[in-house]
Amino acid sequence: MAIPRTVREDFPILRRRVHGKPLVYLDSAATSQKPRQVIDALVRYYEEYNANVHRGIYAIAEEATARYEEARGKVAAFIGARRPEEVIFTRSTTEALNLVAYAWGLHHLREGDEILLTEMEHHSNLVPWQIVAAMRGATLRFLPFDEEGFLVLDDLERVLTERTKVVAISHQSNVLGTINPVAEIAERAHAVGAVVVVDGAQSVPHMPVDVQELGCDFLAFSGHKMCGPTGIGALYGRYELLEAMPPFHGGGEMIQLVHLHTSTYKDPPWKFEAGTPNIADAIAWGVAVDYLSGIGMEAIRAHEKELVRYALNRLQEMGEVKVYGPRDVERRGSAIAFNVAEVHPHDVAQVLDQEGICIRAGHHCTQPLHRRLGVAATARASFYLYNTEEDVDKLVAGLRRVRELFSRVPR
Amino acid sequence: MSLDEIYKETILDHYAHPRNMGRLSNSTITVEGANPLCGDEISLYLLVEEGRIQDVRFEGRGCSISQASTSMMTEIIKGKDLSQVRALIDAFKGMMHGKEPEVDLGDLVALQGVRKFPVRIKCATLAWIALQQALDDFEEKGATATRVVEE
Repeated sequence: MAIPRTVREDFPILRRRVHGKPLVYLDSAATSQKPRQVIDALVRYYEEYNANVHRGIYAIAEEATARYEEARGKVAAFIGARRPEEVIFTRSTTEALNLVAYAWGLHHLREGDEILLTEMEHHSNLVPWQIVAAMRGATLRFLPFDEEGFLVLDDLERVLTERTKVVAISHQSNVLGTINPVAEIAERAHAVGAVVVVDGAQSVPHMPVDVQELGCDFLAFSGHKMCGPTGIGALYGRYELLEAMPPFHGGGEMIQLVHLHTSTYKDPPWKFEAGTPNIADAIAWGVAVDYLSGIGMEAIRAHEKELVRYALNRLQEMGEVKVYGPRDVERRGSAIAFNVAEVHPHDVAQVLDQEGICIRAGHHCTQPLHRRLGVAATARASFYLYNTEEDVDKLVAGLRRVRELFSRVPR
Repeated sequence: MSLDEIYKETILDHYAHPRNMGRLSNSTITVEGANPLCGDEISLYLLVEEGRIQDVRFEGRGCSISQASTSMMTEIIKGKDLSQVRALIDAFKGMMHGKEPEVDLGDLVALQGVRKFPVRIKCATLAWIALQQALDDFEEKGATATRVVEE
């Protein structure tokens, strides 16, 4: 494995036992676990320099402001932004996508315009566009995916037209694991004058991501899936686009001059950060970025590829387990959706829980994707830097137990 | 807490061999129940005549708990008059929230173990809540089709 087992010692929760068994955490696609460094950063902020940012004329407020802005710089550098001001702190990926849909979409979309999405989008990159499209009389178009879980790029010619104003796509599917060819799609989208919005919630935590290489105009992602705290996310946007956008939320911190009838706003990114921001979590996210950079995103990606290769082989050996999404580890990430024959995913998850194994079961906020697969729900195991082949072995043993239990009563 | 408390033999048996599965061509009430979060879905077809459930069938897909609960429900309500059915609904829902049932629930007591797994209680009650809503609609508005979505 590309990452030594000792990395597990950084994650206090991995020492926990659940139902008398060691915790086997296979749900990092939902949220990752947090290293000690990040937890300590949160405590340090609250114990040593808790103060509001951008206003206090006193030492700890200046310290809080400096650390908060430093975190912005770290996050910006992590994804290859040209400057820290291209990163807006949000509450989550979802809020970041809503920010684009409302502040950019409402301002630019007109009747008859088209928004191109894919059939594998998370609800958070679908529902905001449905809302904004309805308000503006725009139409949603969809790029389908094939049996293996790859986007059907041949269909781009059909669905990407001069009417397309936005192309909003997931970089990596949270269910199928598919890594989408964003750079290629972005180039074609730009050729028709569309802006490109990328949902990076599943990619940024797991592989090197560079917005210049992707060629995207916006990138939304979250802290909590990449060893950071919950409640903090970001929207990257090209600065010229952010400058031309009206605010998303109005209130304190985002204004220059306020009169009774009108106001002027700060420059990006502060124009989009109304109200007291999530200071502690932003700072701790910066620490998470340092932590991941210290290990190296290439190493994390390599580690996960090995794990996924191992897991796909072990699951395939079992029979009676249907895995969705690509087999080629070069073209997929570490979320593996599957079903066990004749057993509902909730029952699978319940049995595994008794073994201390955490997986996700349900539609994973992708109902249209599941409808396309022809199933109501799937089970999903997902890996991160702290997972090991032993975790995969425990998953496989747990799934054997599922089969045993449900074959007690023959069909 | 052990798995045997939730996955009792009776439950697995009803899941593997659901009773009263299918449609009724002469049903007087149809009910759809869905829990989008889990993907549990059931459709109930009831033939209600002279205030009595003369026949019942169901179709569905979902987890073992939702499907077994529906299967057992169809067995116990068949032939009962509507006031008895209402008493069964109350007793079952009560049992799933910790109350001792005052009427005999038969095999359904096997589902008591689900109480220890709070997120699964909705799986067990889906069919019952759908049935209750259908009977309300039928008695209040004479409605013959009801759709219930559990959150």
